[in-house]
Amino acid sequence: MTALAPHLAGLLEVVPFGEPACLIAPDGSPAGAPGLEMPSDGRLLELYRRLVTARRFDRLATTLTRQGRLAVYPSAGGQEACQVGAVLALRPQDWMFPTYRETVALITRGIPAVEALSLLRGEWHCGYDPQQWRTAPQCTPLATQALHAVGLGFAARLKGEDTAVLVFLGDGATSEGDANVALNFAAVYEVPVVFFIQNNQYAISVPLSKQTRSPTLAHRALGYGIGGYRVDGNDVVAVQAMVSQLLDEGRSGAGPAVVEAITYRMEAHTNADDAARYRSAEEAQPWVERDPLARLEAYLLNRGVLDQARHDDIAAAAERFASSVRTALATDVEPDAASLFAHVYSRPTALLEAESAWLAEQMRFARQEAP
Amino acid sequence: MAEALNRALNDAMAADESVLVFGEDVGRLGGVFRVTDGLTAEFGEKRCFDTPLAESGIVGTAVGMAMYGFRPVVEMQFDAFAYPAFEQITSHVAKLRNRTRSRLSLPLVIRIPYGGGIGGVEHHSDSSEAYYTHTPGLTVLTPAGAADAYSMLREAIEMPDPVIFLEPKRRYWAKADVELPVTTEPAHRAVVRRAGRDATVIAYGAMVETALEAASAGAEEGLALEVVDLRSLSPFDADTVAESVRRTGRAVVVHEASTFGGFGAEVVARLTEMCFHHLEAPIARVGGLDIPYPPPKLEEHHLPNVDRILDAVDSLQWDDGPAGGGARR
Repeated sequence: MTALAPHLAGLLEVVPFGEPACLIAPDGSPAGAPGLEMPSDGRLLELYRRLVTARRFDRLATTLTRQGRLAVYPSAGGQEACQVGAVLALRPQDWMFPTYRETVALITRGIPAVEALSLLRGEWHCGYDPQQWRTAPQCTPLATQALHAVGLGFAARLKGEDTAVLVFLGDGATSEGDANVALNFAAVYEVPVVFFIQNNQYAISVPLSKQTRSPTLAHRALGYGIGGYRVDGNDVVAVQAMVSQLLDEGRSGAGPAVVEAITYRMEAHTNADDAARYRSAEEAQPWVERDPLARLEAYLLNRGVLDQARHDDIAAAAERFASSVRTALATDVEPDAASLFAHVYSRPTALLEAESAWLAEQMRFARQEAP
Repeated sequence: MAEALNRALNDAMAADESVLVFGEDVGRLGGVFRVTDGLTAEFGEKRCFDTPLAESGIVGTAVGMAMYGFRPVVEMQFDAFAYPAFEQITSHVAKLRNRTRSRLSLPLVIRIPYGGGIGGVEHHSDSSEAYYTHTPGLTVLTPAGAADAYSMLREAIEMPDPVIFLEPKRRYWAKADVELPVTTEPAHRAVVRRAGRDATVIAYGAMVETALEAASAGAEEGLALEVVDLRSLSPFDADTVAESVRRTGRAVVVHEASTFGGFGAEVVARLTEMCFHHLEAPIARVGGLDIPYPPPKLEEHHLPNVDRILDAVDSLQWDDGPAGGGARR
């Protein structure tokens, strides 16, 4: 929570927001969250399995970037519970609108890693079929995708379908004009969209305290006449339960909702960033203790749902997944230069046909000249 | 022209129920220029409706709606008020097909009344076409008269790609004797509006009428000017224009937008590459001054007119001898 100016302290009494909702405390003990139910053991185990896979994938992507196999990687390290929990709240027919930091969300959605990493490998902007996966291309211009999410949800409503929409935003993106326009349009159109804000405390180097004077990001929702909720973003169980519930309410006509998931970006912004220039290593320590995976593991071990054998099975499965991703990415695919011209318009213009022929000729010469 | 556009929207909505019209004041009011007049009454508020007042929101939600099977036709109230939507247009509308290797397409029309000459106060008279023509992925169309307004808008709505549809607002009220519906030449083609052998005047939007007036005035002095209406700025029908310029050997490009870095510069560059050996003189440009759009009482100094076009024709090095027998003065 940001510090309010003294003369505004009364705000919190008018529109109080409690602690973020949490079902499993950082130490692995169960916590009660009003209105949210603890899922079945089977469901918890599935969340755990997906979280283990997500973390393994994120570590692998970070390693591959160091090895030069990815051009860049914005890590989701520390935020895996947000992405896994929110994505698993969706039904297959629902849509999601991710940003560049949501590769883990794409993997959780089931998109093959090779397709999900096309952007970051520098092969093509979007490597997967958005219609097949009901997943928009990862969006880089901040908050612009929120309007697409609202438009799509509105279109579904006009067609009488109950498609719900999840849009990912970061804390920094809430300052963008389009975030605010999207919240307003969603409210006016009564669209079933959950605006899922991962408040990871930083927009590259700029901390949340320099981003807003709003007491919390969830408070921002109130000005648009929609509900704002806070959830412990390192508790995958609470995230999944809350987003599920809000998507359901949206489908039944309650309109949009804002979820502020409190988390922490454990890594730098990307591999190209140097976090030491703007924050101390000690600052991250409390967040190590709030680790999303450790707490769920502790809870499941305590309850006897997870034992060493099952734990090892899940770890081995994640290892096999990582190994398959590594193998799939081992060979560099040279993208076809002709595709540069094929998708600008439904049919290439005369100008593009001429440029395409010119480039093909240039490449032919280059090959001939090559030793 | 406004009536022809209105009829085009009406007919397109009747023909295809996935066509939606939305924007600011387009519902009950019928748009500030009345182009959407009666659509809400005819088709209901689910097909033609007012949005909250935010242009990036209008275009951004249209992207999502097009992704889900609709064909949105959105209105920007005035040229300069489309700028809040600029990021959506350049980063998303223009690129979504490309980003997804054609797995997503955006059948979306963004209608923008543009240009001056109506005595509008600031921000109501911009000619913003070059921003859009410089963005690959966009189709940029601008009709000059009522028949094209109808036919080109119908065609734009049926296109699988996003279209920036620029409407020369000072011609909205021009009277024309046109039977609707009408189908004119395909939208991507330039059209010769008046044949002439001495020089080619290339124009688009509101300036086509001005170019035709210049040709009439020139004819009284024995000058036979050919007038080409570009209609589509992107793609640019270079072949039709070059064919004309090769015949006449001289050309003037006319637009309201500021001359520096304007669309005319691209036309001149292309024609020079394609017609160099046929040219008797460098191609001249007649454009707006390189200033922010002036206040109404000064806009006459900014805008191209008949005299400026004829002066430019005069400058085309006629002292080398008559081209096609029509040396001037």
